[in-house]
Amino acid sequence: MAYLELNNVCKTYGEGVHATEVLSDINLSIEEGEFVAIVGFTGSGKTTLVNLINGLLKPTGGEILFKGKAVSGTSHERGVIFQNYSLLPWLTVGQNVSMAVREAFPNEKRKAVKERVAQYVEMVGLTPAISKRPKELSGGMRQRVAVARALSMNPEMIIMDEPLGALDALTRGNLQDEILKIWSKDRRTALLITNDVDEGLYMADRIIPLRPGPRATLGPEFKIDIERPRDKTELNDNPFYKKTRNAIIEYLMSIGEERKTVSGKVYALPELSPKSFVA
Amino acid sequence: MKQSVTVSKTADLKVSSALKILVSRLNIKAPKFNPNTIFKKVVVPILSILLFIGLWHVGARSLYNIEADFKIEKALADQGQAAADSMAACIASGDISCQPNTLPSPAQVWDSFNTLIADHQVISADKLAFKDKTAALNEKRIAEGKDPITYTGRPSFVDQIFTSLKTVFAGFLLAFMIAVPIGIVIGLSQTLRNSFNWLIQVFKPVSPVVWLLLVFMIVKTMTKDSNQDSAFIISFISVGLCAMWATLVNTAMGVSSVDKDYINVAKVLKLKPLQKVFKVILPSSLPLIFTGLRITLSVAWMVLIAIELLAQSPGLGSFVWEEFQNGANDSNSKIIVAMFVIGIIGFLLDRIMLTIQNMVSFNKNAAT
Repeated sequence: MAYLELNNVCKTYGEGVHATEVLSDINLSIEEGEFVAIVGFTGSGKTTLVNLINGLLKPTGGEILFKGKAVSGTSHERGVIFQNYSLLPWLTVGQNVSMAVREAFPNEKRKAVKERVAQYVEMVGLTPAISKRPKELSGGMRQRVAVARALSMNPEMIIMDEPLGALDALTRGNLQDEILKIWSKDRRTALLITNDVDEGLYMADRIIPLRPGPRATLGPEFKIDIERPRDKTELNDNPFYKKTRNAIIEYLMSIGEERKTVSGKVYALPELSPKSFVA
Repeated sequence: MKQSVTVSKTADLKVSSALKILVSRLNIKAPKFNPNTIFKKVVVPILSILLFIGLWHVGARSLYNIEADFKIEKALADQGQAAADSMAACIASGDISCQPNTLPSPAQVWDSFNTLIADHQVISADKLAFKDKTAALNEKRIAEGKDPITYTGRPSFVDQIFTSLKTVFAGFLLAFMIAVPIGIVIGLSQTLRNSFNWLIQVFKPVSPVVWLLLVFMIVKTMTKDSNQDSAFIISFISVGLCAMWATLVNTAMGVSSVDKDYINVAKVLKLKPLQKVFKVILPSSLPLIFTGLRITLSVAWMVLIAIELLAQSPGLGSFVWEEFQNGANDSNSKIIVAMFVIGIIGFLLDRIMLTIQNMVSFNKNAAT
């Protein structure tokens, strides 16, 4: 039995004539302790998929099973890191994290909560900024707060929705390493949604491309059998890495081409010639 | 070698231009050292005030002349040359009995202001004396179980200001206590919003005068058997009802338009409904609520004058009305003094609200 299972899941927005099917026929199963990456174009329905899995949205059809039980609403067992950090701007770093801790561990004493907050803020290296507000932090620091908040609830599975999408390349690399480091400590099940093939290749055990929407569905999976910890510079010379990377990109490009030819309608233009204003 | 030289030169250039930008930034931050900023922020406003007073003086002067000419011509037509001459002489001498009644000049207003302050000093001295005189008697009366004797002389201008402030704060508090809770409840539910929308849209544009009459109808009946003065109650309730709409609408809007990301956070953290309201929805709508309260306070101050004027409740509004009815020689200039006092107090109240608004706002650059 898989840890997380999606069977024939589809999601439609709107009703009747205006209905648009964003996702259709999604089948996915993730084993415990696995790190899976879903790679797709922007606008292909990645965020919808994430919100279905974390319970913010309900599927129109099919079922989502988490540990054998149907997902109904959000749960503390599945921690979420949002694309745009979603920190509460009126709370400090510590308060943002402690809000999550207090919800996840309602019976813990004040002191224990404080310690847990301090521990997770320390883990993402933000102890000096613990009493700062999100506005005073850089993008990378904000995303680290979001990571700390998600992990402080001690979730069994962690879902990341393009967590590093808004960051510059250097910060991105650093945070990838940090997330991997944290993940490798207890190897929780992780689902990473990204638009960066390299990021998926570097971090995940398995990459599944999402064919672009409407009616987006998952493509064939690619296993990444590269030993951890992986080294970015060595990866570039790894023949398996190169092969897989090319295969994935080729696949994504081919669906991109498909999409282009679908919309390759020829429009007849009216014959117009510029009017002369001189004469 | 040559290349490296040019590189270092451009680097130099970059550094110097960066320095220049830095220096210009610093200058903006420290206005003391920049004569341009002093000119803009101090000299220009002062010049504009002087220009305003000058125009006012010239305007008042010409209105005065029109009124004076009219008076002389009227005397000439009614009573002949001798009467006209004596009228002209009378006006020129500055005798109070025959002064033209028109827009007062800045100097007259300033004199009236001083008169009002002097009057206040006289009245407060009088009050103090009265208190001293009745202290022993009042003690006796209280011991006997009777009401103490209170000062019933006429209030001074400064007393009127404080009465008005009291009324406006009572009204503001009422508006706050009605509008914020209702706004939150309405904001949380789309159904309630739809069902109350007509009520808000219909009552929002109703004039303060009508509110006053409505409140008067109700309060008059409710305070029938008590012999206390209901004017204060009527005026503060009317002020509250007129002014609360901005807060109501803003609160409902703030609560209903909370960023979807924050709602998602609340869902993912599994906050209970009440916690969701107090920890996520309210903090994120605070800036809008305070914008509403700020508008409410300025509306309250604006309608207060009209309401006091009609409700016969003491305050600046009735001061203005009484002066207008009085028609004394310096009544017009006293009305202008009241106008400036009302304006300046309104401005100060708005500044206070803005400061509070900026204090609670997490988005520091939102309001100016």
